[in-house]
Amino acid sequence: MDSVTPFIVLSSILFTIGAVGVLTRRNAIVVFMCVELMLNASNLALVAFAKQHGDLDGQIAAFFVMVVAAAEVVVGLAIIMSIFRTRRSASVDDASLLKY
Amino acid sequence: MIAFWVLAPIMVVAALGLLFVRKAVHAALLLAVVMLSLAVLYLALEAPFLFAVQIIVYTGAILMLFLFVLMLVGVDASDSVVETIRGQRLFGVIGGLVLGATLVVGLSQITLGTVTGLEDANEAGNVEALANILFSKYVFAFEVTSALLITAAMGAMVLAHRERLTPRPTQASLAAQRVRDYAESGLHLGPLPPPGVFARHNAVDTPALLPDGTASEASVSRVLAARGTVRSAPRDVEAVQRSIDFAPDGAPTARNSPDGRSTVSSRGPGSSPGPAGPTSGSTADPTSDEGGN
Repeated sequence: MDSVTPFIVLSSILFTIGAVGVLTRRNAIVVFMCVELMLNASNLALVAFAKQHGDLDGQIAAFFVMVVAAAEVVVGLAIIMSIFRTRRSASVDDASLLKY
Repeated sequence: MIAFWVLAPIMVVAALGLLFVRKAVHAALLLAVVMLSLAVLYLALEAPFLFAVQIIVYTGAILMLFLFVLMLVGVDASDSVVETIRGQRLFGVIGGLVLGATLVVGLSQITLGTVTGLEDANEAGNVEALANILFSKYVFAFEVTSALLITAAMGAMVLAHRERLTPRPTQASLAAQRVRDYAESGLHLGPLPPPGVFARHNAVDTPALLPDGTASEASVSRVLAARGTVRSAPRDVEAVQRSIDFAPDGAPTARNSPDGRSTVSSRGPGSSPGPAGPTSGSTADPTSDEGGN
């Protein structure tokens, strides 16, 4: 039986890339995509550990993560839309009214 | 494991592309590559139900929602490269490298032991086994999920809703406005001229030609003009006519005027691309007279 370690390593690499994307990208939609990438990476780890332990609880957890991600995307994109309507920009730097 | 070693480099490259592409649409497509590959990896990890859910929910629903919002927000809303916080990008990359190195080194230190595998758990079928757990052990979380989804739908509706501040324009008021514009500024009353009237191109990005041979800007879509993808009408009209063996006495009424310009008549009174104002109604007649001289 193969080890699941490569899957976990791939998952951590994808998570890191997503985190760097959240920190460096400016476009709010791309930042959101990077958050999705991080969620997907954690899902991969959950499913890999489910196989490791022979227990389906990990797959259930991944399923719930997907449900929460769907709800989160709906609300987040609506927020991006309303910010775009008022400020005519999808950049995360332009939503800085509270700074002043 | 073959699927893993084929797909893992593709996924890492696509995810890295997410960091470097300028256009958000390309980022969405790269994310689709990552998510589809992830679905195949779920299959390799004995999770056929999550394979289907990953494709249907993530690639089908969430990414399409991303693309919808991208179209609404504007496809060309690309990233600016100006840093608001000095050195943020550098420190972001350094922090990411530290995080990645920590995770990978930490994972290489541990041994996970033998893989149990899901043959026993999936004996009656993966979907049935998942349903057994979901509706017994996790039934409360499942119920709470429904409240979460309803709240999310309501929240999206509230956030996207916009009150109408002005009365909705009716067809009668629009028509009255058109006639008023015509009386005040001489704006053409009829509909805008259709694009692509000229013989060589019949595409929407080719402007129609006015009777004097110039291109009519009103005949192409404003969006195409803003993107700068409007084709220019061919300059040398006579060469085009020669290349397509165009007979001046053919069905379309196009003739060479004495000064070398071609005149193309409009398709009908409604689609006249003539100059704005009251003189635009009869573009075909004067030009054909001019051609005959």
